[in-house]
Amino acid sequence: MDNVFDYAPAPESRAIVDIKSSYGLFVDGEFRDSAAGHGFKTVNPATEEVLADVAEADEADVDAAVKAARRAWTRVWSRMPGAERGKYLFRIARIMQERSRELAVLESIDNGKPIRESRDVDVPTAAAHFFYYAGWADKLGYAGFGPDPQPLGVAGQVIPWNFPLLMLAWKIAPALACGNTVVLKPAETTPLTALLFAEICQQADLPPGVVNIVTGAGETGRALVSHPDVDKVAFTGSTDVGRAIAKAVAGTDKKVTLELGGKAANIVFDDAPVDQAVEGIVNGIFFNQGHVCCAGSRLLVQESVAEEVLERLKRRMGTLRIGDPLDKNTDIGAINSAEQLAKIRELSDIGEAEGAGRWSPACDLPDHGYWFPPTVFTGVSQAHRIAREEIFGPVLSVITFRTPAEAVEKANNTPYGLSAGIWTDKGSRILWTASRLRAGVVWSNTFNRFDPASPFGGYKESGYGREGGRHGLEAYLR
Amino acid sequence: MTPTASSLADATSSDAALRRFLHGLPGVDQVGAEQRAAALATRSIKTTAKEFAIDLAIRMVDLTTLEGQDTPGKVRALSAKAMRPDPADPSCPAVAAVCVYPDLVAVAKETLAGSEVKVASVATAFPSGRSAMAVKLADVRSAVDAGADEVDMVIDRGAFLSGRYLEVFEEIVAVKAECGEGAHLKVIFETGELQTFDNIRRVSWLAMLAGADFIKTSTGKVVPAATMPGTLVMLEAVRDFREATGQMVGVKPAGGIRASKEAIRYLVMVNEVAGPDWLDPDWFRFGASSLLNDLLMQRTKTRTGRYSGPDYFTLD
Repeated sequence: MDNVFDYAPAPESRAIVDIKSSYGLFVDGEFRDSAAGHGFKTVNPATEEVLADVAEADEADVDAAVKAARRAWTRVWSRMPGAERGKYLFRIARIMQERSRELAVLESIDNGKPIRESRDVDVPTAAAHFFYYAGWADKLGYAGFGPDPQPLGVAGQVIPWNFPLLMLAWKIAPALACGNTVVLKPAETTPLTALLFAEICQQADLPPGVVNIVTGAGETGRALVSHPDVDKVAFTGSTDVGRAIAKAVAGTDKKVTLELGGKAANIVFDDAPVDQAVEGIVNGIFFNQGHVCCAGSRLLVQESVAEEVLERLKRRMGTLRIGDPLDKNTDIGAINSAEQLAKIRELSDIGEAEGAGRWSPACDLPDHGYWFPPTVFTGVSQAHRIAREEIFGPVLSVITFRTPAEAVEKANNTPYGLSAGIWTDKGSRILWTASRLRAGVVWSNTFNRFDPASPFGGYKESGYGREGGRHGLEAYLR
Repeated sequence: MTPTASSLADATSSDAALRRFLHGLPGVDQVGAEQRAAALATRSIKTTAKEFAIDLAIRMVDLTTLEGQDTPGKVRALSAKAMRPDPADPSCPAVAAVCVYPDLVAVAKETLAGSEVKVASVATAFPSGRSAMAVKLADVRSAVDAGADEVDMVIDRGAFLSGRYLEVFEEIVAVKAECGEGAHLKVIFETGELQTFDNIRRVSWLAMLAGADFIKTSTGKVVPAATMPGTLVMLEAVRDFREATGQMVGVKPAGGIRASKEAIRYLVMVNEVAGPDWLDPDWFRFGASSLLNDLLMQRTKTRTGRYSGPDYFTLD
């Protein structure tokens, strides 16, 4: 008897989404072409198929969007009682839930992430974010920022391609709840769910101009953050771009929050629940193909259990399923772009050249599209580039330590400080370690879990300001 | 740290050594184990994979009746069904075994004579396990003498929970000796009474060290019976035990698994946690009764494209 349990293909149907051949900018409640008529193409990273032409906003378009946002803020949104704003946010959240399958399929097509993640994580968490901040809209006086906090005005927001819809929710929901209007620029490789969200705003009868979506690349983002009538800049993305934004707004009145890169340490002590720790390592670095700013990209494992943990990790990696993002059984999807794939390859090759041991499970990668196998580097030291630089891909660097103090020292020995993980069965060790880690989020015996009520943000070059939770309101109030 | 062959050698030399060994096993994080089981449950098993899984699940069923009201007639009917679960379709495989009380083993044996279907008997003062050692061994002997191919014993949960691990160990060893070469031994933990995942991991190792051929979740008389996360921990244990000793031990979730969908989720878990080697009735079983008819209905549906009503499947 042949006991091979081959999972037959189980693709989620694409029929639920209607991808248009071209998309305009969403300004003042309507879709419109860019003034200069420029555009760019967005592709499906799993197949390299061109999905749509998308308008590219230039300075004039950004100016029109900021003007629309200002008008909506002055005339409507800043005057509206919080309870009324809350109703709009609740309505948006409900429509997102109703259209969740459509959003999930579109996200997987445009981004390359597995449908299992877009369906079970991205979309529900995004809707939860709107629900959460909808509840704050009429309670801002009780949030701890004074009895009558006021909105800032127009927020210019720039988001990355790794969680397109979720990052949009993190940005737009608190801004709107606090009474601000927004101009948001999605990443140039993943604009489609933001544009579908624009349709949802129309469906929810959100007053025109409260949410504006301008698509484009770096130039569009630069025009947005440096626009003189923007009161608040919120950015999630790379540390290099974050640094440029900090320079651009220096000396202005604009408030800024930056959520940047990371090189998180996932610390496994010798008394860790080993099977769950292995799951946590996998979830920490291979979730979303490692395109996660808080990914646990450095595994710090106690030397006495390193061999066992690695053996189990490799066995587990052998069961990861790589392929069609729309297949419901896919664990690891496509790398988002050719550019990102090149960067992952380059840093991985450097890791090999620097003498670290490279290992990937045997896996068939599709012929078309951008793919990279889950990879682990052993024998990595703090001096290796793969231990210091953010790879933003499914690549794990394994470093060993001997004592808890050494683990903390190595974990903190990075210019970043976004997140960290601690694996031990000993409660006191969790607290001892967590209080010494310089990271904005510390997970214990879990990794990469998100909740709208929990603040998120970084230390050092991982940025400043907090998003999520009560803390997330502060960035949008004065 | 997970044990190696060398650390197993003297693990059972004394009560203290066994305690040290079991408490030295890596802990199980409850939240993590539950999340892993829930994630595996999202696998989507369709078309050819579903057909494969349903037939495999049927072949893994231990068709069970363990009631005070059991009679020879009932057991004969169940045995007939075990050999030919779907009278309308001769291509439907037989189940693995029929599971009864010791006094009905002979009846089952007689009805199943000439077929591949095994007879399993519960024993050792099932389901509570509360009796004198001599009585429990006599119980086992009566089942084996009547021709049982498999003995499903219950452990003394009271002894385990009060930390008398060596007593539990020695009891399993004694029952195993009573089974002799002829009968396979399944050891029932009643995980619903042991409750914690740490306990499930410890008792799994204890039973495997004592010579269990199979480790089984529950009697079916206590709620909760089999759960996905509890079975996950047991599958991890048999996988690690093979790594340490080279010996394979089977796993049997029992009680509460009624739908094909659930059975398929268990098979996915077996496949991805213990590995494909366990995807065989020799190494994985379902202790169930009503599950079988649901599997048959789904089997008919995958083959004909139509659902048949429950009246088209036999009630035994």
